Amino acid sequence: MAPRVGVVVFPGTNCEHDVVQATERLGARGELLWHGDVSVGSVDAVVLPGGFAHGDYLRPGALARFSPIMEAVTRFAHEGGPVVGICNGFQVLTEAGLLPGALQKNGHLRFLCQPTRLQVSSTASVLTGLAEVGEELVIPINHFSGSYTCDEETLRRLRDEDRIVLRYLDNPNGSVDDIAGITNAVGNVVGLMPHPERASHTLLGSEDGLVLLRSLLAAARR
Amino acid sequence: MRFQARVEVQLRPGIADPEGATIERALPALGFDGVVHVRAGRSFSFEVDAPDEGAARTKATELADRLLANPVIEESRLELVFLGS
Repeated sequence: MAPRVGVVVFPGTNCEHDVVQATERLGARGELLWHGDVSVGSVDAVVLPGGFAHGDYLRPGALARFSPIMEAVTRFAHEGGPVVGICNGFQVLTEAGLLPGALQKNGHLRFLCQPTRLQVSSTASVLTGLAEVGEELVIPINHFSGSYTCDEETLRRLRDEDRIVLRYLDNPNGSVDDIAGITNAVGNVVGLMPHPERASHTLLGSEDGLVLLRSLLAAARR
Repeated sequence: MRFQARVEVQLRPGIADPEGATIERALPALGFDGVVHVRAGRSFSFEVDAPDEGAARTKATELADRLLANPVIEESRLELVFLGS
């Protein structure tokens, strides 16, 4: 059976079809989930895609976290279901408290839209299970508020518990400890600023995002 | 009873503030010397109906902490003024 990936659409989300297409090329079935839904149905994984949910008003993710679907996503995550937040989705996950820390405006206040070199730092997550530690990936970023910030205690825990899954090799936005992606304590919730779905075909300039999406689908099948 | 609430949200001390830093860097070129430690923030105002000032304060504080500010990186300050019964 093809794993079913639920892709959440908030007003202002704009990467949902890219995620559906990229996962379907890998044999999954993509399903759009509306922000007003109170259930994620019977999907095997949930992706919160990129965009500008609720216009990014107040703070990115600040309003989206109160959507009815987020209660369902939180339940799904607590039951161990794989949940990945990409870019704006990462911001929603931190605002919702499913991941620690926050994403601040980039240093130098620049909107960044460029390929970035990343290094896989941990494979203990649903998004990096099939990758190798130290593996280098080139995946685009596209954000204004991507500077990962947390207090020292949180950073120490993320390091000690091997929860920093991706790091920038040329830190573009001022994130602490070059953090591009993190996971929760059990590895089933992951947030990352780079867009793996935009590195899913040679026509897009890179296929390096595929190992991440394949990892997610492998976790979804379990 | 109705109260006028004003909530100021600022980044916590120690959290980098690229907006404040950018404003500060622009000041000398505009002729403002001797202005330091610029921090950017936001201000919100709204009116609250509550049975008394304590209840209004509790409601406004919860609103500020749950929505207007992200306590991970920001802190908020509340001012409350009695408008009328």
